[in-house]
Order: sequence, then structure tokens, then C-alpha cells
Amino acid sequence: MIPHLSITDQPIDVAAALAAVQTEAAGAVNAFIGTVRNQSGGRPVRRLHYESYDSMALTQLGHVVSQAYEKWPMLQAVAVVHRKGTLALGDVAVVVAVATPHRAESFAACQYIIDTLKLVVTIWKREEYEDGTEWVAAHP
Amino acid sequence: MSKDMSLKISLYGITREIVGTSVIELPAPAPATVGELLAEMRKQYPALGELRSCAVAVNNEYASNDQPLHTVDEIALIPPVAGG
Repeated sequence: MIPHLSITDQPIDVAAALAAVQTEAAGAVNAFIGTVRNQSGGRPVRRLHYESYDSMALTQLGHVVSQAYEKWPMLQAVAVVHRKGTLALGDVAVVVAVATPHRAESFAACQYIIDTLKLVVTIWKREEYEDGTEWVAAHP
Repeated sequence: MSKDMSLKISLYGITREIVGTSVIELPAPAPATVGELLAEMRKQYPALGELRSCAVAVNNEYASNDQPLHTVDEIALIPPVAGG
């Protein structure tokens, strides 16, 4: 199945991402939903700004999903949707959904995809605090 | 290689803020490789050297320092990513 990958400036429809991976060949659908937290390292966060280099982000996301299919050949379907732009507290920033025949592989594949996404996908996050902003992870 | 050509470099996130624009054009003679490009950018913008990392992407793929650059390439500086 062709994975459902997208980067959007619109609110993420979690139910649609889950529906995108549902198939009768899968007995397990596993999803990770990343949301905007109200603090970072003890510092209150007001909102987040995500910036994306879309074409590269989708290329790299495609590589990550291909690697997941190699590691877990029983994967039936994958959907990854990442938000960009300005997000409020509690907003959904990312959804990873996978479908596999049994549950163990669904947890592992889902975790692999979100963990690897964070390492290679060209999306940047700027946290906004009461007294300024900061690009996350930019400096040592 | 591209010594007699110019290069366009796209900038994202903190590199865009450091350089002050989203695209910078390096006139001929432009850096011939990824490594030369990084050295030239760090010379012009020392704040780039303070980042945790700064990769270069060529045509949507991470590139190694010895990769040659061409005018037709889509080139970007990639500061530390923070998706998810």
C-alpha cells in the first residue's frame, strides 16, 4: 500500500489518518499523536511555530517509511501527517499511524517511524515563551 | 566543477534568521563542494558555527562534504531538525 504522507498547515484530522491505514489484513492499528505541551524544560510555552522544507521533508519521510517496511515486512499500511505553521497549546503536531497483522510489530514500527522522523525530517520548531522565542535543539 | 558558476542556497529555521533571507546567491566562483560551501558560509556568517550542527542538502538528500555542487542543484542549509 502506498503510504499516506503529508505536511499541512491545516488542523490534523486524526480520525482520517487512522482511517487511511485501516485494512482487513490488519488486526492492529497503532498510532502516535504528538501534541503541543504547555512547558519546555520548566519554561512556560505559549505556542509553537513549525517551519518545513516540504519537498525534502516528504523525501526523507518516504525513506523512513521504506526502512520501516524493510524492518517489518508484515506492515500493511502507514500514514504520517505533520502540521506546520503556528500551533496552540494542545494542538496535534504529528500523527503516525501503522497497521500490522498483530500488535507487537505495530508498536515497534510506529515507534521507529516517529523516532527516526525526529532525526532526519526537515521540520524546525520555534517555541514561543512569554519573554521571547527559541529554535528548539539549534544550539548545544 | 562549478567554480565558474553561481549557486543558490535555500535557508530554513535558524539559518534563515542568521543570514537574514530565505535564499542567498553565491556569485562565481562559487564553492565547488559541500565542504567548501559550509566553510564559506561559516566565514561569512560566524553564528552558523555556533549551531549544534549544520548539514547541507542537495536535491532533497543529505550530502557529504566531498559532494560536488552544480548550478542546477537544489541546495539548502539544514540546521538541527526538531519535528514531532
